[in-house]
Amino acid sequence: MTELKERGVVSASDRRRPLVRTWFGIAQTALLIVLIVSGLGPLLWAAKASVSPSNDIVSDPMGIWFSPNDWGNLALAWNGARIGQSLGNTVILAVGSTLSTLIVSVAAAFLLSVLRPTWGPWLSGAILATLFLPGVVSFVPLYLTILDMPLLHVSLQDTFWAVWLPAGASAFNVVVLKRFFDSIPREYMEAATIDGAGPLRILTLVVLPLSRPILGVIVLLSIVGSWKEFLWPMLVLSNPDLQPVSVMLPRLATGNSPLAVQMAAVFLSIIIPVVLFAIFQKQFLRGVGTAGGVKG
Amino acid sequence: MTKTLEAAAPVAKRRKRFNAARWARGGGLHAVLLAVPVVLVYAYFSWGPVIQGLVLSFQKTNLIQPAEWVGWSNFTYVLADPGLVQASLNTAYFALLALVFGFPVPIVLAVLVNELRKYDALYNALAYLPAIVPPVAAILLWKFFYDPDATGMFNTALGWIGLGPFPWLNAEHSAMPSIVLYATWAGAGSTAIIYIAALSTVRTELYEAAEIDGAGIWRRVWHITLPQLRNVIFVMMLLQLIGTFQIFTEPFLFTGGGPNNATQTILLKIYNYAFVNGDFGAATALSVLLALFLGLLSVAYYFVTKRWSTS
Repeated sequence: MTELKERGVVSASDRRRPLVRTWFGIAQTALLIVLIVSGLGPLLWAAKASVSPSNDIVSDPMGIWFSPNDWGNLALAWNGARIGQSLGNTVILAVGSTLSTLIVSVAAAFLLSVLRPTWGPWLSGAILATLFLPGVVSFVPLYLTILDMPLLHVSLQDTFWAVWLPAGASAFNVVVLKRFFDSIPREYMEAATIDGAGPLRILTLVVLPLSRPILGVIVLLSIVGSWKEFLWPMLVLSNPDLQPVSVMLPRLATGNSPLAVQMAAVFLSIIIPVVLFAIFQKQFLRGVGTAGGVKG
Repeated sequence: MTKTLEAAAPVAKRRKRFNAARWARGGGLHAVLLAVPVVLVYAYFSWGPVIQGLVLSFQKTNLIQPAEWVGWSNFTYVLADPGLVQASLNTAYFALLALVFGFPVPIVLAVLVNELRKYDALYNALAYLPAIVPPVAAILLWKFFYDPDATGMFNTALGWIGLGPFPWLNAEHSAMPSIVLYATWAGAGSTAIIYIAALSTVRTELYEAAEIDGAGIWRRVWHITLPQLRNVIFVMMLLQLIGTFQIFTEPFLFTGGGPNNATQTILLKIYNYAFVNGDFGAATALSVLLALFLGLLSVAYYFVTKRWSTS
């Protein structure tokens, strides 16, 4: 995205025309303002509300001048409303889900792209088929599966496994990874085989190091995706000690905690993914772009 | 299927019978071992639930007694539910509003950002920010912004230019449009990034050719940019349709289906059947119906758009 773009709709000579230039400037500025207000606005507002007294938030929501005199909100939200604990749960869920997605998807993609057993096409077809099924058909039976795992007859309800394991079945990531593995020159792997490396060493010493960029993208998107999950963790984690922040927040909002504390909680739950995004912007945006390429 | 890894293995005597050691050395054993976690995870959490969903829709179960087969009665029960028509209409209304008002936003955004020669990374990052914010947190914020009082946030801002106050989520006629407005804010940025990636593949010679033919900037957008994006636009439109028909979190948290069922959607109904009434048969029956509908929609969409897409 940062490469030199030769031109877009508007050519270089167009750009020199004063009329085009003026309109361009206006459009650019207007767009920037709209994006700042809509993208950054809610975040800044939440930041402001998290350190304001409840009365100020309600009486003057658009107030720009304020005195950050209620730092206690954040502490109240962190401890009293147990946002600290549920944020910890969110982190545990995000890391576990990401690991499970990575392990299963890498195994599947390596199998289908490099090992290519005779039964590979069957597995590949069965995984691809899940891409085309809308999630709705399975969410109720998936819940029943968690309550009583077929054959094993254990319940994963109220364990983190109930969120981690289903996250592994991500056909989309298998497709993305398999495409990437397919593009790795076979000569590298053949050379490694001649040097006596088995399939596992090929995976860990050749394929994975070369795939670092795509693995990074999958990790980032998976962490943010898991951070945003709401319905599934709400269903399978009924114990408040295990619930992530996305499940805790709505309960906080319907409870009787003051508005300022709610807003502090909202702010705390937003800030970590936003910081993550600020650091890894480029990877995020490139990842979303390629993801679109796969869909398209 | 060529087996790359086996190419290096010694070319053994021809017509040899299956040899376990050779098969293992060639990667066969590793393939099976790697397949075990993959197959288990997909069987338990993806393939199994789909099949179980189909089975459950023909059964009655309360999780305590063994399930009994009840034929089509779950389907007839669901279809006879007086709330279904309203929920379907609401869902379709949401999909339509999102298509008419929400869908063009990321395209416009992408075309504009693509023309920038400086700071486009800043624009991209700002546009993507709403996609990073967890929906639950964003919905709580927006719920506050949508305060129907004259001192509510949006009403105050609109009051400056003499509009409002609007009831937003509190009135039947404006609740759904309010949710669409939120959904557009939440989704436009990430979709725009996909369009921007697609725009970088537009062939620039075409613009030059059009310029020589005297086409102005608008005509170039209309006759070159958009047609070149056609395939991506079709795919994104289908994905958006499929997504909007499965909307849950927004009405669940914003309104809970109210006021007066004005934002009751199909997925909310499925949720209520299963987790409020404990009627898993009815819930899966409605899920199967929705999935069938989406499948038919996708097939119909494919054939309709095939005619218009670039070969």
